[in-house]
Amino acid sequence: MIVKKKKSSVAPQQLVGVVGLEIHAQINSSTKLFSGAPVRFSAPPNSLVSFFDASLPGTLPVLNKRCVEAAVMTGLALNCAVNRKSLFDRKHYFYADLPAGYQITQQRLPIAVDGVLTYSLLGGKKRNQVMRQNVTIKQIQLEQDSGKSLHDDVRSQTLIDLNRAGVGLMELVMEPDMSCGEEAAAAVRELQLILQALGTCQGNMSEGQLRVDANVSVHRPGEPLGVRTEVKNINSIRYLARAIDYEIQRQIDVLQRGGTVQNETRAYDSKSGETLPMRDKEGLQDYRFMPEPNLPPLILYEDDASLPTGIDACQVVVVQKIKEGLPELPSVKRDRLVQTYGILPEHSFTLVNEDGLVDYFEAVLKATKKEPRKVIGWVTNELLGHLKQQDMSVCQSPISPSALAELLELQETGHISSSVAKQVFQEMWRSPGKTALQITQEQDLGLVSDTAQLHIICQKVVDSHPDEVRAHNVAFLNKLMGLVQKETKGRADPVLVRAILQKKTS
Amino acid sequence: MSVFSLAASRTFRGVSVKIPRMLFSLLPNDGYSITILNSKRISWPQSHSANTTRLLSSEPLNQKIPKVATWEPVPEEQLPPPAHIPADLVDKLERLALVDFRTKQGLACLEKAIRFADQLHVVDTTGVEPMDSVLEDRVLYLREDAVMEGDCAEKLLQLSKTTVEEYFVAPPGNIPLPKGEERTAMLKNSEF
Repeated sequence: MIVKKKKSSVAPQQLVGVVGLEIHAQINSSTKLFSGAPVRFSAPPNSLVSFFDASLPGTLPVLNKRCVEAAVMTGLALNCAVNRKSLFDRKHYFYADLPAGYQITQQRLPIAVDGVLTYSLLGGKKRNQVMRQNVTIKQIQLEQDSGKSLHDDVRSQTLIDLNRAGVGLMELVMEPDMSCGEEAAAAVRELQLILQALGTCQGNMSEGQLRVDANVSVHRPGEPLGVRTEVKNINSIRYLARAIDYEIQRQIDVLQRGGTVQNETRAYDSKSGETLPMRDKEGLQDYRFMPEPNLPPLILYEDDASLPTGIDACQVVVVQKIKEGLPELPSVKRDRLVQTYGILPEHSFTLVNEDGLVDYFEAVLKATKKEPRKVIGWVTNELLGHLKQQDMSVCQSPISPSALAELLELQETGHISSSVAKQVFQEMWRSPGKTALQITQEQDLGLVSDTAQLHIICQKVVDSHPDEVRAHNVAFLNKLMGLVQKETKGRADPVLVRAILQKKTS
Repeated sequence: MSVFSLAASRTFRGVSVKIPRMLFSLLPNDGYSITILNSKRISWPQSHSANTTRLLSSEPLNQKIPKVATWEPVPEEQLPPPAHIPADLVDKLERLALVDFRTKQGLACLEKAIRFADQLHVVDTTGVEPMDSVLEDRVLYLREDAVMEGDCAEKLLQLSKTTVEEYFVAPPGNIPLPKGEERTAMLKNSEF
C-alpha cells in the first residue's frame, strides 16, 4: 500500500517572530522644541500655538536647550554614544496636521547612537526567575511632533488642532532583537521606568506621551528576515503585547496557507484584538530628506575644560555635567533594594515595577520592627494581589503603610496567628479606616495562648481520635493540630498547640 | 535695459532721491551693527553708459571687477551623459512636489535645468566635506525653556476662511492625486 506523505507548505513550529520597535517619547519640557509656545496635555484648541508652529512665513526655529539636555540624559541612561556634533534635516510629506509640509528631524547624524536597553522578564515555570535581556538601540533623535487631526466622517472633513504641533519628541529606534509580545512589553515597561526616573518623559501611553509602533515579521531562524508590517495605534503596554502576538500569528497563518505577507501599515483595534490594514495606502513614501538650512550643527561639549573661551555658560550643554546629574536608574534601584533589605531579585523587580510600591514598602518598614524579608511577602502578594484584582494603583490602597505595619506588629508580638492576620487584612480592605487592633477585638480573633484552655481542648481532641494517636503516623500530629484549630476557630497559638499535643501523645 | 529704465521711471519719475550708503560690520560679541557712512543726493537718471546696470549707484564700478566676462562655458565633452527622465519618474516628481510639467516644453525646461546643474560634476570634490548651508559654522543658539509665545488662537484662526469651533478645517485624509492622464485632462482648460 502506498501511503501518500502529506506535504506541508511551511512547518509552523519553525517560524518565529521578529519584532523591532520605534518609540516616540514626548519630551517633558515647558515649551516646544523650536518655539516658545507652552506644552500642555489639554487646552482649548489652537491656544498653545506660536506663529512658527502654524508655519507662518518669516518664522524660524530656535532650539530649546531643555530638549537637548533631555535627549542627552536619555542617551546616557541607555548607554549610547552621544554625538558631539549632530545635524538637523527636513523630512517632507503632505498632511493637514503638518502645516509646514515638512518635519524637522535628525536623520543623517542623530544626537545619540548605539545604545543598549536591558530589560528583565519574570520567567520560568513559576514566573519567579528574573531573566535579563538586551535590545540594541540604533539611534535617538530629536524631532517635531505633528498636530492632531480629528476625523469627522459625517461632514467629510478633518478638524486640525495644532497644540501638539512642534512639541519635542525623542525617537528611539530599536533593532529587531525581540521575538514576541511579552519581550516587547517588558522592554517598553523598562523604558517607561527609566524615562520617568530621569524626568525626561512622563511616559503615559494613554495620553500619547509615549507612542510605540511595532515592526513585525516572521522567519525561520537562520534565514533572512521576512517582509515586515508596521503596527500602529497601540495605546497601552498590554495592547502592545497582544497586538504583536496577534500579528505574528496572522503572518504565520498567511504563510502556512501559501500566501505572502504584504509590506503595509496596520492599525491595532483593541476591541477586536486584531490588526487591520490602514486606510491611507500611500505606497512607498519618498521623504526627500534635505539638511535644515536654518539650523547650524548642534555641538555638545565633553566637559568644562573643552569649552571655547568667552562662551556663555547658558549657551552650552556639557555632557559631563549631565552624566554627573543622572538620577538613580531602575536597575540600580533594584540592586540597591536587594542589597539593603536582603530581599530576592524577583521581589525587587515587582517592587520597582509598580508605581509607588517601593515608597509603600519603605514606609511600612519604618513603622515596624519586622524583618524586610517577612514584610515583602505581604506587600507583593497580599497588597498587590488585592490591588490588581480591583485594578487599583498603590496610591488608591485602602490600607495605609502604617495600618499594615500595625497589623504586622500584632502578628509579630503573638497577638494573632498568621492565618488570622490574613483574615484581618481582608477585613481591613473591606472597611478602610478600621485598624487591625479594632478588628481583632471586635471579632475576637486574638490568639488563644491560655495554656490551661489549650490543654483542655487538646485533651478533648486526643481523646476523640484514639485511632490516629495509635497509628502515630507522620501526618497525625498535623491532623490533630488542624482539629484543634477548628475548635478554636484558628485562634490557637500553633507553637503551643504542637508542643502540648506532642507531650500528650508521646 | 529698456525694461529696467521703464520700471525705474515708473517708480521714481525723475524725482531726486536720497539713498544712504550703509556698511555692515560684523562685531565679535553680538550680531550686526549698522553704520551709516554718508548720504548723497543723486539726480535721476544716470547718464553713464558703463553704469546703466547700476542706476542707483553714486560711484563707478570697482576697478577690480573685470570689464569682460572671464569665465567660459563648460565644454559638452566634460559633462556626463544627459539624464533622460522616464515618464514614471516625471509622474513621481509631480506627485511628490505637486508641480505640473504639463507640456513637452515643461519637460525640456526640466532637462535643461538638470544639464545646467551637471556642470557641478566637473569640479573635483575629493576630500572636501559637503556644505549644508552658509550658516553651518555659526553657533546654534539654545533658548531657555520659558514660555514666551502662544495664546493667539483668534489671530491664527482669522487667517483661515473656514473654521469649526476654533479648529482648522481640512479635507478628510489625503485626497490621492489623480492619475497622469486624468490630471492633464483636468488642467487642460485651466487658466494656469
